[in-house]
Amino acid sequence: MTGMLDSAANNSIVAVAATGLGKHFTVGQRQITALESITLSIRAGVVSALIGPDGAGKTTLLRLLAGLLVPDHGVISVFGLDPVTQPDAVHCITGYMPQRFGLYEDLTVQENLDLYADLHGVPSRLRPARFHELLEMTKLSAFQGRLAGKLSGGMKQKLGLACTLVAQPRLLLLDEPTVGVDPVSRRELWLIIERMVATGTTVLMSTAYLDEAERCHEIFMLHAGKLLRQGAPGADHSILAGRCFEIHGAESFTRRLQSRLAERPNIVDAVIQGDTVRVVTARPQTPKLDDLAAEFPSLSVTPVPPRFEDGFIALLKPLVEQVNLGSALSPSTEAVDREDVVIEVREVERWFGDFHAVKRISFDVKRGEVFGLLGANGAGKTTTFRMLCGLLPPSRGQLRVTGVDLRSAAAKARRRIGYMSQKFSLYGALSVRQNLEFFASAYRLDSRLRRIRLDWALERFQLTTYAESSSGDLPLGHKQRLALACALLHEPEILFLDEPTSGVDPLMRRAFWSAINALAEQGVTVLVTTHFMEEAEYCDRLVIMAAGSLLAAGRPQEIRAQARSPDQPNPSLEDAFIRLLHNIAGSDVGAPQAGLKGGLQGRSPQQSEQTPS
Amino acid sequence: MLGLLKKEFLALLRDKKSRFVLIGPPLIQLLVFGYAATFDLNRVPIAIYNEDSGSASRELIARFTGAKAFREVGRITRQSGIAEFINPKKALLVLHIGREFSRDLSKRKPASIQLIVDGRNSNTALIALNYAQTILAGFNRTWTEQQRLAIPPARLEIRAWFNPNLNSQWFIVPGIVGLLTLVVTMLVTALSVAREREQGTFDQLLVTPFTPLEILIGKALPGVLIGLVESSFIVLMAVYWFHVPFVGDVAALYLGIVLFVVATAGVGLMISSLATTQQQGLLGAFLFIVPSIILSGFATPIANMPETVQTLTLLIPLRYFLVIVRGVMLESIPLSLLSDQYWPMAVIGFATLGLAAWMFRRRLY
Amino acid sequence: MNAEHYVSPDTSAKRLRLLGLIRKEFLQIRRDLSSIAIAFLLPIVLLIIFGYGVSLDAKHVHVGLVAENPGPETADFFSGLQRSEYFQPVYFSGQRAAQKALDQRRISAIVRLRSDFSRQLLNGHSAPIDVIVDGVDANTARLVSGYLQGVWAGWLQRRLDERAGGSAQAVLMQQRIWFNPAVRSRDYLVPGLIAVIMTLTGALLTAMVVAREWDRGTLEALLATPVSVGEVLTGKLVPYYLLGMGGMALAIGMAIFLFEVPLRGSLWVLFVTGSLFLLAALGMGLLISIIAQNQFVAGQMAIITTYLPAFILSGFIFDIDSMPVAVQTFTYLIAARYFVAILQTVFLAGDVWEVIVPNALALALMALVFLALAARRMPRRLG
Repeated sequence: MTGMLDSAANNSIVAVAATGLGKHFTVGQRQITALESITLSIRAGVVSALIGPDGAGKTTLLRLLAGLLVPDHGVISVFGLDPVTQPDAVHCITGYMPQRFGLYEDLTVQENLDLYADLHGVPSRLRPARFHELLEMTKLSAFQGRLAGKLSGGMKQKLGLACTLVAQPRLLLLDEPTVGVDPVSRRELWLIIERMVATGTTVLMSTAYLDEAERCHEIFMLHAGKLLRQGAPGADHSILAGRCFEIHGAESFTRRLQSRLAERPNIVDAVIQGDTVRVVTARPQTPKLDDLAAEFPSLSVTPVPPRFEDGFIALLKPLVEQVNLGSALSPSTEAVDREDVVIEVREVERWFGDFHAVKRISFDVKRGEVFGLLGANGAGKTTTFRMLCGLLPPSRGQLRVTGVDLRSAAAKARRRIGYMSQKFSLYGALSVRQNLEFFASAYRLDSRLRRIRLDWALERFQLTTYAESSSGDLPLGHKQRLALACALLHEPEILFLDEPTSGVDPLMRRAFWSAINALAEQGVTVLVTTHFMEEAEYCDRLVIMAAGSLLAAGRPQEIRAQARSPDQPNPSLEDAFIRLLHNIAGSDVGAPQAGLKGGLQGRSPQQSEQTPS
Repeated sequence: MLGLLKKEFLALLRDKKSRFVLIGPPLIQLLVFGYAATFDLNRVPIAIYNEDSGSASRELIARFTGAKAFREVGRITRQSGIAEFINPKKALLVLHIGREFSRDLSKRKPASIQLIVDGRNSNTALIALNYAQTILAGFNRTWTEQQRLAIPPARLEIRAWFNPNLNSQWFIVPGIVGLLTLVVTMLVTALSVAREREQGTFDQLLVTPFTPLEILIGKALPGVLIGLVESSFIVLMAVYWFHVPFVGDVAALYLGIVLFVVATAGVGLMISSLATTQQQGLLGAFLFIVPSIILSGFATPIANMPETVQTLTLLIPLRYFLVIVRGVMLESIPLSLLSDQYWPMAVIGFATLGLAAWMFRRRLY
Repeated sequence: MNAEHYVSPDTSAKRLRLLGLIRKEFLQIRRDLSSIAIAFLLPIVLLIIFGYGVSLDAKHVHVGLVAENPGPETADFFSGLQRSEYFQPVYFSGQRAAQKALDQRRISAIVRLRSDFSRQLLNGHSAPIDVIVDGVDANTARLVSGYLQGVWAGWLQRRLDERAGGSAQAVLMQQRIWFNPAVRSRDYLVPGLIAVIMTLTGALLTAMVVAREWDRGTLEALLATPVSVGEVLTGKLVPYYLLGMGGMALAIGMAIFLFEVPLRGSLWVLFVTGSLFLLAALGMGLLISIIAQNQFVAGQMAIITTYLPAFILSGFIFDIDSMPVAVQTFTYLIAARYFVAILQTVFLAGDVWEVIVPNALALALMALVFLALAARRMPRRLG
């Protein structure tokens, strides 16, 4: 995909120039350096990406460029304008989409558009055409009259983008525009961005998705407030030459193989990719796997060309303190019966008024399984999730977790589950330590264990430096870490994770998953939703939901097999996912995208519950 | 359980502004209201319109202007001058002594004076007339004695029990104990569940092993404790700063405070668990606080209200608490009467807390 | 395509932005009915409860009567009490039983005629009439003793008239209560209540609206558009001003038609001063919202700073002149104080400019200060 925007890139006018940019914040007693002597220039007419681990300073940089913050040092120029002294002029030519999209959830799609058109002074004679164009582009035409709060997450992001686009900004600043967005909506968002670039707009976006960064023309990698690297995505593939391999033949034990490989010091990175494990070695030499022969008799190693993500990991891994969540539990002595069914869903239905959110679904999860719940935004995943946790009663059907219905179960039964919700839902006013202490006491850990687990959480999740900061002020990725830490404190038997890795940087995501793997190895049952399809590969089994029904169920290989076709002999899970959604669409309306709407059509109750307006 | 409490307190007090709101304004308000809320007249502006030239009228005027309740703001020399003082609120009342005053008195004919009062605040007007009446009665008595006139065949000997000087601070300041305790407790509880709902933390709380009862206690106790601390402080201020007597039983008062605070926290939590947004919680809090204070008998006696409104006051915990706090501080009220105040508050507390706990789980979808 | 094409000339862009913000706020008001409830329901409910519920006029006060030696003389005295609409007599056989009733709050006063009352009366010894009032509620106690004095004086006069004629009192007092001769406390309480209720409405309407944009993250997006701080604030002010004026009109209508409070002044004075007052109240709400930056704290601040101060320090029920000087200075900070004075005057006395003009100026000043502070404290940037 690299270079697809090359035609536009010939333009070498500088859109944004920053020199010696520095910004500090005071949090409590501490001075935090968010950015330090950043000098960069962003070319006009192309998409540039801002990447880096959590807390690298991406959001701060975007806010500085948008004139929302004043730098401590340095000068910024946005098309020759200074955001500090000429904020209004800068606001007139830039569109900025914050992480929380800035939509008024109690206004309709059309009303939001009207508002932003008014705010940007778009003359009324130009509006009908512009709105039509934007609604077509975002495929929101059918939802003009719907409240923004009742849209699915993906549609909200698209609307947020449309709102920033009403005035045809010359510079578009997007802060993590694809967080929490399903793969289909993500593709659509990208189509919009590319169309904007085609009309001459300059785009700068921060993202946690490296495959997205790879599509950008230029990449700025930040780490701890410093600019680490700047250039085209493929620029440093040379240092990775001969270091990337695919290992085949682990069959149904890919996950175990991956975790074995990830532990090795000479391997920088190991990720599951379909049936294979992809590794990056520390030095250019083929990994030796003889010692694994006993466990995995038929392994074979194939060299593969490096890709952008490898470079990111290889570059950052030595810099970032090693995150190892490995043994999240104290070793257990009990043998695990992996045939034991711990989660039982039988013919469960859920109505919200006359909206059928979940349609008679059934599935089982066995002990020690990592079970994935996938689906587009608004497919009914979160509703199912909340029913399982006892937060929402089903309209019909039965849900059992370790043989009991959590809704009516004694408090003791809830002691055995850990829950991490989609939206950050810890106490923002409390410090990191206070949050941990609270959940430790909520799960009745005795004081000795509490101390041990607290130290474990702070250390393993690298939160020690933030221990006394208010958790509400943490960067997104750190919030997610804290939330997972809180869910794991009491070593639950069953873990419910609703999009645990959204907004988390790739390094931490790997650590999350290795922790989840390790937990599963120890017999913990994990029910997880995610929008990262490559992460779904880590699941033992998964179901794909669409419009409240189960579309497919099975092991990742089986689901991939369903999408196999002559033109796609080895589809990824993401390909399979999109194909499956298109298939139901085909039977529904005919056009692939129209079918997608079918999947998203109903008002999305989980969204509206979380953000009451 | 302790962890839950600690969390609630931290969520409440970690924010500097929130901490200040709970401590600063109630203290200032206690001091200001303690002095401001009084029906006693003090230095009320009075204008004199004297057409008489005798000494009797001067003596009478001296009695008025010398009284603590009044402050002379001017002399009027013609009829139209009265409006010039009353209309722009320069004087609350005008004492008009007619031309015939001294002559009538010396002839032992009933003399008369006229008092013109600004009725825009008719309560103040009545109180002012009352004061004037008392001053005049004093004048009459002295005059009768001086002139050796026939003494009246019977005389009133009025004594006020519990508050011999009829100092209305003694009535109002204990009332402020109730007022501020009510407001602070509502402040702590009325938005707390709604806030957790809006921020999504309530779900997180519900999946922990806490039972609804524990969550309820965790939510209610900070309100109860803060209410207890503030009310204790205000009682101490009332006794040592405002010198309101305390003749009753401390234990009886504290039983009342605890029940009152629990009932108020219950109402606050009920409002909070019914509300989906904090704005609704705030509206609910006001819809409870405002009538509570007006209908509790804090400033205007419940007995003066129409029957239906009196029935409505039975739902207001503050109504019962005011009887207790005033009764215990000023008159060592008997236990039988106290128990009539205790149980309704206990019932209100029990019902509202129960409803709140029930709503915790219902209000999720 | 160039961006400039889309940006209209400056003034019309400004108008567009402002209108857009105002429309947005109205749409939000329509979606969350609690704003409408605050503007209209709150005044109706509160006015009805208070208009009917609050009264300072003590009537039918239960008074215990003890005649230790009943006879025609004691019956004659008590008949005066019985005839008075202020009292509801309850007879007791002895002082002890009466005192017990007083302790239990069944009666508010005791009038006791001793066993030698008739004898002393005949001997011309000035027989004492013992009166005990419950002093806990000093105000009611004072009213009750005033009423009792009236009864007593009436009784004396009656006795004199029966015998020789003449006057029992050397000096009689004639009282004229201007503006409210019937002394209907509702006539002054209802206009005052309008000020108290509008304080609540004004602050409640706006206290949450900026804080809400912080909480929901929309402020960040708003700040990144070409909107100015003044436009944001005006966009907030106009809708809630209109809503608040609607509520005020309703409250004034109720005062005139439901509670039959006479309106002696002119409506336009009420409209102008009401506007000034509402601007001050809304400005205070906005300031709270901006300072608090989150709804929880904004809500707490609104509760603590609006109602009780307006209730106690506005002169609506407690006389400001009687407060200690230090406390009086506090009342100058309460916008309701000025509006209460205006309302009571315009309703009961008429357009008395000496009252209206200075108070209206004070309101204008307060509105200006609050709005200027709000504009100053309103963030132009994050952080």
